[in-house]
Amino acid sequence: MSDTALTKARQRKERMLGSEAIIRALEAEGVEICWGIPGGAILPLYDAFMAIDHSIEHVLVRHEQGAGHMAQGYARATGKVGVCIATSGPGATNLVTPIADAFLDSTPIVAITGQVPTHLIGTDAFQEADITGIVMPIVKHSFLVQRAEDIPKAIHEAFHIASTGRPGPVLVDIPKDLQLTEIDFAYTDEVDLIGYNSTFPEQLEGIEAAAELIARSRKPVLYVGGGIINGEACDDLILLAEALQIPVTTTLLAKGAFPDSHPLSVQMPGMHGSKYANWTIHRSDLLITVGARFDDRVTGKLDAFAPGAKIIHFDIDPAEVSKNRHADVALVGELRTTLPALRNAVTARADNAARAEHQSEWLRDVQGWRRDNPFRYKKGAKLKPEYVIEAFDKALKGKDTIWVTGVGQHQMWAAQYLSIDGPRRWLTSGGLGTMGFGVPAAIGAQQGCPDAYVVNFDGDGCFQMTMQELATARCYDVPAIHAVMNNGWLGMVRQWQELFHGERYSETNLFGTIPDFVLLAEAYGCLALRAETEDEVDAVIAEAIAARRPTVIDFRVDEEEKVYPMVPAGAASHEMIDEVWENEWVEEGV
Amino acid sequence: MATPGHHTLSVLVENRPGVLSRVSGLFSRRGFNIDSLAVGPTERPDRSVITIRVDCTRHSVEQVVKQLDKLIDVIHVIKVHPDMAIERELLLIKVKADANHRLEIMRVSEVFNARVVDAGADSLLLECVEHPDRLAALEQLLSPYTIVEAVRTGRVAMTRASVAHDESRAPLRILG
Repeated sequence: MSDTALTKARQRKERMLGSEAIIRALEAEGVEICWGIPGGAILPLYDAFMAIDHSIEHVLVRHEQGAGHMAQGYARATGKVGVCIATSGPGATNLVTPIADAFLDSTPIVAITGQVPTHLIGTDAFQEADITGIVMPIVKHSFLVQRAEDIPKAIHEAFHIASTGRPGPVLVDIPKDLQLTEIDFAYTDEVDLIGYNSTFPEQLEGIEAAAELIARSRKPVLYVGGGIINGEACDDLILLAEALQIPVTTTLLAKGAFPDSHPLSVQMPGMHGSKYANWTIHRSDLLITVGARFDDRVTGKLDAFAPGAKIIHFDIDPAEVSKNRHADVALVGELRTTLPALRNAVTARADNAARAEHQSEWLRDVQGWRRDNPFRYKKGAKLKPEYVIEAFDKALKGKDTIWVTGVGQHQMWAAQYLSIDGPRRWLTSGGLGTMGFGVPAAIGAQQGCPDAYVVNFDGDGCFQMTMQELATARCYDVPAIHAVMNNGWLGMVRQWQELFHGERYSETNLFGTIPDFVLLAEAYGCLALRAETEDEVDAVIAEAIAARRPTVIDFRVDEEEKVYPMVPAGAASHEMIDEVWENEWVEEGV
Repeated sequence: MATPGHHTLSVLVENRPGVLSRVSGLFSRRGFNIDSLAVGPTERPDRSVITIRVDCTRHSVEQVVKQLDKLIDVIHVIKVHPDMAIERELLLIKVKADANHRLEIMRVSEVFNARVVDAGADSLLLECVEHPDRLAALEQLLSPYTIVEAVRTGRVAMTRASVAHDESRAPLRILG
């Protein structure tokens, strides 16, 4: 939305229905697109969408969960707040999964739900659900609007809370009768939230202490999480790492925030991270933690994680500091401020040249581990999913591409084998691990970034959880490519059953019941392709990229393939298991 | 940072619908244990204070404070230092008291500044406003006479008038 349009939207003062006020308030927040499905308690809003002239595109989805994930995909790809809309009761409860996902991955979305009329609240009315109560533990905040005149303020505060500080989901529940009540609309940029701290006084006194720890360290590593992207501080991170020549590991949520191709990158740590990332952390004497939260999928056994390291912790959220791992130095605040301050403090020190010299041997070791222990897989008679991912990576090299995934093996392979060099170009469900995230998140991302290529690597299990949104993709001509790694199994669960449950494959085989994805995609009006061997892969990828229309590719991949390396649950993060290779890797000196 | 033991938190909140469930829900979601919880109005009609006695044997009280402070409706959280605060609780207790024991019970009560607020043929109803530890002592002393029922409000706390204002309401320290 242009600045003048935004100013005009904010200056609007009129008498109007509450439902119209919702639209005017969204315009005043700069909203251009939203996703949803109408229903009884939200009908007045949908009536207003048609009755008045406005600048918001509404995308009709096929399931409210899709609306939520589309809002997430849009938010993460663009950095703007994503908006989803649902009716009361089942409409609202269908948003619970994306709201929880947005909460764990700190994604700014605003969910607007209709509620039964005020006088029916609490009576177990038709399609009544206490949605503000249901989502209480998974929202940053929620509003149950009680007076129609509060609608504009509630929506403004919802956007403010969702987008500032550590971002997150906010729900605004609006009873139907309030949508039908006339009010005087006036936008205000004031917020009445005395208890909300979105910013903190920069604790710059910690900077000197951090610089001191870095100066004394011999084996530092930057451990970077998704906060670097939300904090819009990726450039500051690169400047910091390059100035100090310190290796960088980026978590699943931070992939792309620091270029995978950068010589200082050791890529992803954790359960399916690189050997060199896990070794680097394990041997490090100083973890410079940036917008990361010591998640169990990163740390493995917490007590054994980075056992010899002191911790510096940069975060916007004070509650993350010392939550899982005690921080020796904490720096709460905007990374855009604190990271440059740290760079200046370290480089200004008299001992900086000596520090760089002392740490250079460490960096050589780390880079050697990366050189000698790349992610690798064995070719076989059947098509390997890793091969498909590498082929996509090659085919789209140099093109602005947003990579999206479902959750499971394919997600981990994509994280391992894609080389991503920019933020907001890797969208995956990390914290909640939501199967079904891929298709709708890819659609939302594509609608937010129409010129980018969008590729959703999905699994056959994930795909079947939200594939009805292909109808949405077709209706709105959203050309994201959905590349299904079809191995006929709930693959990651199968991998655990094979490795840890005596090969008892309890309820993980989907093959007999999987529909023909090509026929299915054709039924939805999508371009439908299939590849079963390596020599078919490049052609289908090229066709899909050239098509610029909703596309599904059914890749029939090897069901035996597993994700390696792997830190078994409960093990220390350097205790990785791998396939047996002829040239066995040796972890020198650990 | 490990801070084992029990702590009293005074949580100033905006008087909005659902605020008590947000606070209590946070405790159950994060696995924090509540010993007692008291909520009531303050000098301002738009603010309430929730006084929480929290068992921090498994979590650091700093983590509890920081999570509470993240709630939008929470204005601030004060960790009440026992030496710098007055803590009180109200106990209502009904004790079996036949004619032989009635005077004895009343004498015990006097020591604890408890008052007889109602009397029946064979029992007394006492009220006592005291430090929670003293209430526990009183209950123990009365237990031989058979306690019919007892109910406590949960503690409330306020920083002593003699303590400088900013000391008690120092902003949350984030380090550690």
